[in-house]
Amino acid sequence: MPVSKEKLEELTKTARRVRRHIIEMTAEAGSGHPGGSLSCADILVALYFQEMKIDPKNPNWPDRDRFVLSKGHAAPALYAVLAERGYFPKEELKTLRKINSILQGHPDMKKTPGVDMTTGSLGQGLSAANGMALAGKLDGKSYRVYVLLGDGELEEGQVWEAAMAAAHYKLDNLTAFVDHNGLQIDGPIVQVMSPEIIQEKFRAFGWHVIDVDGHDFEDILRAIEEAKSTKGRPTVIVARTVKGKGVPYMENQVDWHGKAPSREQAEEALKALGG
Amino acid sequence: MPKIATREAYGEALAELGEEIKDIVVLDADLSKSTKTSVFAKKFPERFFNMGIAEQNLMGTAAGLATCGKIPFASTFAIFATGRAFEQIRNSICYPNLNVKIAATHAGITVGEDGATHQSIEDIALMRALPNMTVISPADATETKMAVRAAAQMKGPVYLRLGRHPVETIFGEGYEFKPGKGVILREGRDVAIIATGVMVAEALKAAEILEKDGINAMVVNIHTIKPIDEEVILKAAECGAIVTAEEHSIIGGLGSAVAEVLSEKKPVPIKRIGIKDVFGMSGKPEELMKAYGLTAEDIAEAAVRSVKKSID
Repeated sequence: MPVSKEKLEELTKTARRVRRHIIEMTAEAGSGHPGGSLSCADILVALYFQEMKIDPKNPNWPDRDRFVLSKGHAAPALYAVLAERGYFPKEELKTLRKINSILQGHPDMKKTPGVDMTTGSLGQGLSAANGMALAGKLDGKSYRVYVLLGDGELEEGQVWEAAMAAAHYKLDNLTAFVDHNGLQIDGPIVQVMSPEIIQEKFRAFGWHVIDVDGHDFEDILRAIEEAKSTKGRPTVIVARTVKGKGVPYMENQVDWHGKAPSREQAEEALKALGG
Repeated sequence: MPKIATREAYGEALAELGEEIKDIVVLDADLSKSTKTSVFAKKFPERFFNMGIAEQNLMGTAAGLATCGKIPFASTFAIFATGRAFEQIRNSICYPNLNVKIAATHAGITVGEDGATHQSIEDIALMRALPNMTVISPADATETKMAVRAAAQMKGPVYLRLGRHPVETIFGEGYEFKPGKGVILREGRDVAIIATGVMVAEALKAAEILEKDGINAMVVNIHTIKPIDEEVILKAAECGAIVTAEEHSIIGGLGSAVAEVLSEKKPVPIKRIGIKDVFGMSGKPEELMKAYGLTAEDIAEAAVRSVKKSID
């Protein structure tokens, strides 16, 4: 089902607002992970504003589609999307990482409405998503489960235990995204500990693999449709992304993995993002 | 009474409960024949998931199932469940307080011939340190069946510590099991032996040995190590001397838990019977119990010494 031009424009505008939130939130918090939040923002917007069957008024609706942010440090992106989608007031975003906030440094399903799984320790999200997908199959439910992994995160052994299990149990109700921005804390992933060739690895594990431009909504949504019509195995969408996307001085800069912008830097970023 | 391993009782209890509670699902890591989840698997194949030799994914998948209203029992050997997958239990299960039951068999040195790599002697310490976790260590088959049912019925993560080796059945059908409630199995006034798991039977035997020496020993079964029953421990402390007994390291287990309560509320001399900060080795379970000082005689001897000390 092709997406209308109007819808694409709307998604672009939403993503811009989400990126502005990410900058404002991390600047206000004085810490956090802007680079990897900006790289996955478009994927999250595509899921939450176009694809997923959800009800922000009823976050625990049993038949909802699920999303697991396995790269939990991109929490600012998830929180911004959830706030924009109406799960909680946008004013809450200012409380990120502050004492007694509903917005913890990494996602906490018991504190934040709309968060389907607690994550933050890398490598664990795909396993949880498998569990949700297995439960869906067992109960004959039609909900789908989405999970977003970082490319550096693929260095964790548990990811491959889970990748094996998802294919073994033919979890075609599960779609994984890899936010392939090429950078991790200590440098380029291929220099630190290469998980490449990511597509070949997942193929060898029995997955259906799709490559997309992680900043192109048409491309992302088309891939999701393909994943939904793929039967008998899980799908991974390897999304080429730019770390720090949208903020020129952050783009492809490894230093912006886990550092908050100063007030001045935030102003500059917001100017560049526009909107 | 016939000797039955607590893992056997677990397998039977799980298969029985599966009939009653449809949300129960079971996961194992290629050890279902040993952990006895195979009994459930045979009866409810669609609700049994073998995750292969991958304990981290085992725990994470159980967590995901729990978010969807299932009651997962995740089983493997205690060493792999609590050691290999500790951080998954911490971050994916206990932190979000998910309704996952970790039923680990082959705990302690009575694993026997497999040796130190497979003998879990730190699992109580590890699981007890986690917020939201309930830790239950049943003494026999009867108590295990009751504990499995209780675990399924309570909300939140539970660690069930089970053994490989057959143990005497101490309790009859009329036995009352309440999670978090210690049980005084024998009244006494000179010394109190506080035991858990397979050491409960040894503690009862020790009390008989002591009786012959004219020492009147109280025996308390602490099946729930967390939350611990402070009331019963304080009552035991009225004897003036305490001996704890567990098939676990003396660091971080029952002995530590009892010492924590007493040192804050009612300081009384304590002797801890357990594995003294060393690894196990291969051997027959009974031989190992002797080699590591975990027999009724060892408990009785410690009790005699502690009674003398408290008189001095």
